[in-house]
Amino acid sequence: MTSKLPANPRNVSGRRATPWIPFLLISVSIAFLGLILIVPVASVIGYAFSKGFSAYLVALQSPDTVAAIRLTLITAAIVVPVNTIFGVAAAWAIAKFDFRGKHFLITLIDLPFSVSPVIAGLVFVLLFGAQGWFGPWLQERDISIVFAFPGIVLATLLVTFPYVAREIIPVMQLQGREAEEAAVSLGAGGWTAFFRVTLPGIRWALVYGVILCNARAMGEFGAVSVVSGHIRGLTTTMPLQVEILYNEYDLAGAFAVASLLMLLALITLLIKAAVEAFGPARH
Amino acid sequence: MATTRPWLSPSVLPGFGLTLGFAGTFLTLIVLIPIAALVLKAASLPLADFWRIATEPRALASYRLTFGASLLAATINAIFGLIVAWSLVRYRFPGRRFIDAIIDLPFALPTAVSGIALATVFAPNGWVGQWLTAIGIDVAYTWVGVVIALTLIGMPFVVRSVQPALEEVEASLEEAAESLGASRWMVFRRVILPTIAPALATGFTLALARAIGEYGSVIFIAGNLPLRTEITPLLIVIKLEQYDYLGAAALGLVMLCVSFLMLLAINGVNAWRINLLSGRRT
Repeated sequence: MTSKLPANPRNVSGRRATPWIPFLLISVSIAFLGLILIVPVASVIGYAFSKGFSAYLVALQSPDTVAAIRLTLITAAIVVPVNTIFGVAAAWAIAKFDFRGKHFLITLIDLPFSVSPVIAGLVFVLLFGAQGWFGPWLQERDISIVFAFPGIVLATLLVTFPYVAREIIPVMQLQGREAEEAAVSLGAGGWTAFFRVTLPGIRWALVYGVILCNARAMGEFGAVSVVSGHIRGLTTTMPLQVEILYNEYDLAGAFAVASLLMLLALITLLIKAAVEAFGPARH
Repeated sequence: MATTRPWLSPSVLPGFGLTLGFAGTFLTLIVLIPIAALVLKAASLPLADFWRIATEPRALASYRLTFGASLLAATINAIFGLIVAWSLVRYRFPGRRFIDAIIDLPFALPTAVSGIALATVFAPNGWVGQWLTAIGIDVAYTWVGVVIALTLIGMPFVVRSVQPALEEVEASLEEAAESLGASRWMVFRRVILPTIAPALATGFTLALARAIGEYGSVIFIAGNLPLRTEITPLLIVIKLEQYDYLGAAALGLVMLCVSFLMLLAINGVNAWRINLLSGRRT
């Protein structure tokens, strides 16, 4: 999903004098994107500041919102490193070795992409919920996973599972394995070969995978909504806080929290653009 | 080493056991066991009960809305996404870089944000909704709203699939067709469309797969009226809230099967595209 605009688009259609066709197609494009994307996104800012800047700041400082921001940050701080280590390990095995069942493994890694977020939450409720497989066992020991922090982490781990692996596997496959083989036969250990030979080649893909994983981890709604139980100030993440405020008709508050999440999305896109602009030039 | 592990080609590189072992264990714990738990839970229902839950009127209505709206949204995206990709690749216009940059926004934007934004903008007193209401079109709390939400989240899949394919269409082919007297429309239909068809199909299937499972951006604008504007993922959530784990598991299994079918379709479309590419190169 990369986009590289040619510096000079070929104007094939310019040869025949039908200037109204480009005009029409561009207008349709802008109208389409304006209706479904640009106006809704602009409205987030508009509604967030609808009661003025000071009301915006007050809305962000309510205790429940602060707790939601903290929970979202902690969740991402656990999920992103874990999935990054997984992604790198999976990519090393898949890209640097030939073994039977490799394609099947890649398909399994991609699986969470095609599973509905609601299903990703549901599976953990069925495992650890009151009537789930391990429900009674957990209840006896007074451990709560569902409707508590561990459930939120598990559901987020599942939905963001493929992001890092998916970005770095193709790059590592393209890299080949000769450089690492040379390093190892010259006496380097596996870790040295990875950090000194492999990592410099994949670092931009790794950065991209990590920021995508982070954006999804902080923004996940469906899966977390199913396992969270919506306990205010305790198990509500930022997206869930958006929902709670919206359902209470606190539009300015809901959009204030939403504006923070949108800022996260914009920063993610900016880093992506920077990776695409500077990344390939570095190697 | 090779004799003990016949399924692995020998290599001088270390770390295979460690990395595959870790990745495999983690995959099993986080993805495979939980999904197996869902399948087992649904399988613990007698077949007749499973069938009754999966085909009750409320479930059937939710399938109709989920699949109908997803198909319609993916079709809208196939048409308008193609026009957007075409404009970005072929024309220069003010704001082209900006448009290209924001195409990916739905990928990065949390669904709760797009959900409340669409619901508010298309509400009868919202920025867009007030004009639509004036001409008699209701979007919020109808199936039209569901289609709009699913169009938004599927849009980047089509544009980003078609864009590179359009860039690869060979100018010489188009010029040859034009010099032989073909009209612009004929060149598009006979030269360009066949070349980009696999990419368009890929974008369509990806957008469709994403739309079928979507939850966050839909539930705010849909209004969630049973039998009318209730999508299947929401019905699962409602069953869970009523502690009907078996009912939720049954519907979950139905959705999981659809996801597998979509995964097969995506792989099939990819194989078609690779076939076509290698066919053209040789």
